[in-house]
Amino acid sequence: MSTLDSKIPSGPLADKWTKHKNEIDLVNPANKRNIDVIIVGTGLAGGSAAATLAELGYNVKTFCYQDSPRRAHSIAAQGGINAAKNYQGDGDSAYRLFYDTVKGGDYRSREANVHRLAEVSTNIIDQCVAQGVPFAREYGGLLDNRSFGGVLVSRTFYAKGQTGQQLLLGAYSAMNRQINRGKIQSFNRHEMLDVVKVDGKARGIIARNLITGEIERHSAHAVVLASGGYGNVFFLSTNAMGSNVTASWRAHRRGAYFANPCYTQIHPTCIPVSGDHQSKLTLMSESLRNDGRIWVPRKKEDALAIREGRLKPTQLSEEDRDYYLERRYPAFGNLVPRDVASRAAKECCDAGFGVNKTGEAVYLDFATAIERYGKEKALIEKISNPTEAEIYKMGAAVIENKYGNLFQMYEKIVDENPYKTPMMIYPAVHYTMGGLWVDYNLQTTVEGLYATGEANFSDHGANRLGASALMQGLADGYFVLPYTIGDYLSKDIRTGEIPTDTKEFDQAENEVKDRINKLMGGSGARSVDYYHKKLGKIMWNKCGMSRNEKDLKDAIEEIAALREDFWNSVKVPGTKDTLNQELEKAGRVADFLELGELFAKDALDRNESCGGHFREESVEIDGPQKGEALRDDKNFKYVSAWEYKGAPKEALLHKEELNFENIELKTRSYK
Amino acid sequence: MKLTLKIWRQENNKAKGEIKTYPIDGIEGDMSFLEMLDVLNEQLINQGDNPVVFDHDCREGICGSCSLQINGEPHGPDRLVTTCQLHMRKFSDGDTIVIEPFRAKAFPVVKDLMIDRSAFDRIQHAGGYISVNTSGNTIDANAIPVNKEDADNSFAAATCIGCGACVAACKNASAMLFTSAKVSQYALLPQGQVEATQRVLSMVEQMDKEGFGNCTNTGACEVECPKGISLENIARMNREYLSASLKG
Repeated sequence: MSTLDSKIPSGPLADKWTKHKNEIDLVNPANKRNIDVIIVGTGLAGGSAAATLAELGYNVKTFCYQDSPRRAHSIAAQGGINAAKNYQGDGDSAYRLFYDTVKGGDYRSREANVHRLAEVSTNIIDQCVAQGVPFAREYGGLLDNRSFGGVLVSRTFYAKGQTGQQLLLGAYSAMNRQINRGKIQSFNRHEMLDVVKVDGKARGIIARNLITGEIERHSAHAVVLASGGYGNVFFLSTNAMGSNVTASWRAHRRGAYFANPCYTQIHPTCIPVSGDHQSKLTLMSESLRNDGRIWVPRKKEDALAIREGRLKPTQLSEEDRDYYLERRYPAFGNLVPRDVASRAAKECCDAGFGVNKTGEAVYLDFATAIERYGKEKALIEKISNPTEAEIYKMGAAVIENKYGNLFQMYEKIVDENPYKTPMMIYPAVHYTMGGLWVDYNLQTTVEGLYATGEANFSDHGANRLGASALMQGLADGYFVLPYTIGDYLSKDIRTGEIPTDTKEFDQAENEVKDRINKLMGGSGARSVDYYHKKLGKIMWNKCGMSRNEKDLKDAIEEIAALREDFWNSVKVPGTKDTLNQELEKAGRVADFLELGELFAKDALDRNESCGGHFREESVEIDGPQKGEALRDDKNFKYVSAWEYKGAPKEALLHKEELNFENIELKTRSYK
Repeated sequence: MKLTLKIWRQENNKAKGEIKTYPIDGIEGDMSFLEMLDVLNEQLINQGDNPVVFDHDCREGICGSCSLQINGEPHGPDRLVTTCQLHMRKFSDGDTIVIEPFRAKAFPVVKDLMIDRSAFDRIQHAGGYISVNTSGNTIDANAIPVNKEDADNSFAAATCIGCGACVAACKNASAMLFTSAKVSQYALLPQGQVEATQRVLSMVEQMDKEGFGNCTNTGACEVECPKGISLENIARMNREYLSASLKG
């Protein structure tokens, strides 16, 4: 039944990309200036692609909903970017990075894509340094690395806790150079509302000017979606408030298959929800788990007393604390992967051991680390018999040096001093591995429509490793798409400019306008946020960290009912032909209400536990792994690619079988 | 807590704006300032009124979208935070809070509290980059060693989020802190040397064209900057500019 062709080149794994680059068609420089490319989204994937394609000579138009390309949400990435440079001489190689990424993704990604990613990773660092990205350096002037996410080598390049910001500003600077040359036209405060297809090929978009409300037509020979992930389907996530699925979802409705929508990464170290007013969640770098110990009270009555403010965590003795990760996973302890740490925290809180007023938080405690570092420092500085206060002071200084900005951020938000009392953390939706299905060339199932970065599904399988999102975004934009899209565009050198006064554009524009009219015409009982929050609750409770058949079936029905109610009685104030932030939100939430249903359907279909997707029906029954996730390679070693067929629950499943020719499939064990 | 909000309302960049008063109740200290505005907007929508328009996106202090002049200060009374990270516990029950857009000729109001900061983008288009193609065929990253102190200072300058608080804080609405941060980032790195002369001249020329005021060294920009961008950058840009002018 599958019609999917992944177009993976033949030949040995390590030679595929080079061979492919040598064999694909090129566009001559004189012809490139007759070819237009639209790029939606200006984060790492979109910004880098825009700059590179413009340098090559194509005419590029970029679109972003923010007031400047520099504000795309890649900017908020903290930890770092992986690259197989092996500067530390610790045995790293492209193969190891490839291996770690496939294993970390729980064997649900495509080998050839991941290997290409690992190969080009080293170019990213060279490129960014040449552009003036100020990475962290050692005293000798060379680049510094750190280890990240429990891998065995130090391959992560970083710029304090602001790596995403620095890389995005690098891509933005490359864009600026091309804007200055007139090769990029940057449409800011514009939102793409549909893809226009002509003779089956993507030939343009319909966009709304968010300032004037005007509906605009833009044509091009190819369209690239670099519009990010859809974590905001949960309402609360670490995504930006405006992050949305609209570009991808509109493309899905026009024929692009949506792959693995249920693969969501829930990050264990976020600042907990403080109340119903909460609008978004803040991540704190996972590096904190290198020194922090995670625990909850051993007795329920202590947890209750803490929640009610009658007891302080520092008053609990060691015996009254349950360092549950160290207890359950002695080999990895607090450094188990993100999905394992997240589920364990949820289990503790569901069982009544949560420690903040909402009952949804666990402690991340630095007291042991402060004492250990203090004692080490005393030894180094040859202080005999240091007092406890001296040890604390020296230890706290070490911690401040490592995590100062994170501690400060925590204190600003929570109003507690994490040097004196343990931090509180809780998991939050952070990244979506699923996205538009793409072949090896990053082309979707619609000809001429490409998807890059978090918007596609291709490289992270069922779970993404830390510091790999930035790598993928830039790899796609700087080094992969500029080659593969050329192969497609080489057939378009005689096409000439795509006209926008055609029936295809008429029809798409009319559909967009009808939809806006319908949104504005709801009978008006409830705000957009009311529906978004309701959807978020369904998603979090029934499609969140652990999933089961009954909940997922309920979620599908509940979301469909909520969507119907939304269309009947959402209230959008203001008018459509002016700046209207509620209308913007309404359009995005309407698409989340469809995606959510497909998400639940995908999770229901995948009756196995893999990576970030945990099905309660699929766990180890006994043995040392009892109760842990059980992957089912026999029945589920495929990518689920869904074809739109009207209502999301009617979507048709296409399977892309995954072939592992270079890696042996193993069970992840962290015991 | 109960608060009285006095908020600038302006339909579009041609309309005349005015301050309107909104009482609000049930605000908790754990709410961020923007979450407090969310509560107000929900209330306005339910009453059939138009919600207050303001820019915001990441809500974690890094995208630079949020702005707001709160009781006369860019990003409000707390230091080293953006409005999205300002929490209501910094205010007390019964307070009156005046909320206006950042004020500057070069930042026209779009609607209510939203302003147009595209002037900042145009300053960057003029020279905020190193002219190197993104082909990946550059030299190995470690073939360009950079003194750690220079790298750290370059990074510190590069952490500017482009929010415009420096302009809003300045009595002359000068964009020197913003422009100098970008000039400094490259001036401190060997990769940035080749184009240093042209860069500073072009960026300063564009800054002047946009209608930003002159710098009179009051230092208000540094005090109000949510990222703590240092005044030293302005001194560095002045040196760069002088030597570039002499080179012609």
